[in-house]
Amino acid sequence: MSELAASLASDVPGAVQTPRFHLSSEHHPENGTLLGFWLYLMSDCLVFACLFATYGVLGRNYAAGPTGADLFELPLVAVNTSLLLLSSITYGFAVLEMQRSRRGATLAWLAVTGLLGAGFVGVELNEFAHLIHDGAGPQRSAFLSSFFTLVSTHGLHVSFGIVWLVTLMIQVARYGLNAANRRRLMCLSMFWHFLDVVWIGVFTFVYLMGVLP
Amino acid sequence: MSADAATANADDHAAAEGHHGHGDGASHATLKGYATGFVLSVILTAVPFWLVMAKVFDKSSVTAIVILGFAAVQIVVHMVYFLHLNTKSEAGWTMMALIFTFVLVVIMLTGSLWVMYHLAQNMTPASTQQMRNMP
Repeated sequence: MSELAASLASDVPGAVQTPRFHLSSEHHPENGTLLGFWLYLMSDCLVFACLFATYGVLGRNYAAGPTGADLFELPLVAVNTSLLLLSSITYGFAVLEMQRSRRGATLAWLAVTGLLGAGFVGVELNEFAHLIHDGAGPQRSAFLSSFFTLVSTHGLHVSFGIVWLVTLMIQVARYGLNAANRRRLMCLSMFWHFLDVVWIGVFTFVYLMGVLP
Repeated sequence: MSADAATANADDHAAAEGHHGHGDGASHATLKGYATGFVLSVILTAVPFWLVMAKVFDKSSVTAIVILGFAAVQIVVHMVYFLHLNTKSEAGWTMMALIFTFVLVVIMLTGSLWVMYHLAQNMTPASTQQMRNMP
């Protein structure tokens, strides 16, 4: 049998080839992780869109309770916004250092990013604690329920992003900037910048528009 | 002649890089790109805060429309400079997914607000007093 196969292959070169059922020029990604992660981010975007829609519907139902103008402290929100924006650029610096294969600098910028993220979560938790202490907890009105759901979902994402960031820092410190760790860092980069994009919607739609008379 | 050769070379190089780029999917980040994105973001964040905190416009609706416009521009800036989004990466599938998501988000947001606004209008209690006394 094997002789027959061998003779067939050698006797008729080109004529009897294994048929090809795919286009050789078709795009064939070597690594679909980043596209897959992008699809996850898009589904996460839909989660946030639902929460934004909920807030848009319920955001003015105060149940005779406090309004956004009564509760929101814009200077605090401005601090939070700048913390998150700064953490975006420092993550960018980490990616640039990663491209230059400098492990120490990458780790340093990741640490700065993590601290800025932790600062953001800290300020937000402080704000929530004040609101709840003043009797403006999530159970007070439909406005506050939707506000807490939307903003804390974002805060939870940032918190998990920090957990992920610390995990990756340990990975990079132990195993270096190998291909797998680079891929993971790029995924976290997309996640982190995506959270900043969501925050643009939050500070505009919830805080700034919430204090408008 | 030499210019032609140079262009051909550049094209080859770009094609090679493009193909190589498929490995990590994203295009290469540059300091210039991040710096541009950051400066634009700072401006696009600071102006809305100033508009609201300094009460620049008398009418709330004008302020709302202007700051929503700023937010939309800033989202595009983040997508381009921080998320390195372009029509080339992953053979255009990231862009395709983004457009699909954008359409869904627009339908959901406008649809929800539109439907629920009319529902609220039709079910509003007769007087504001009644509204205030609601549990």
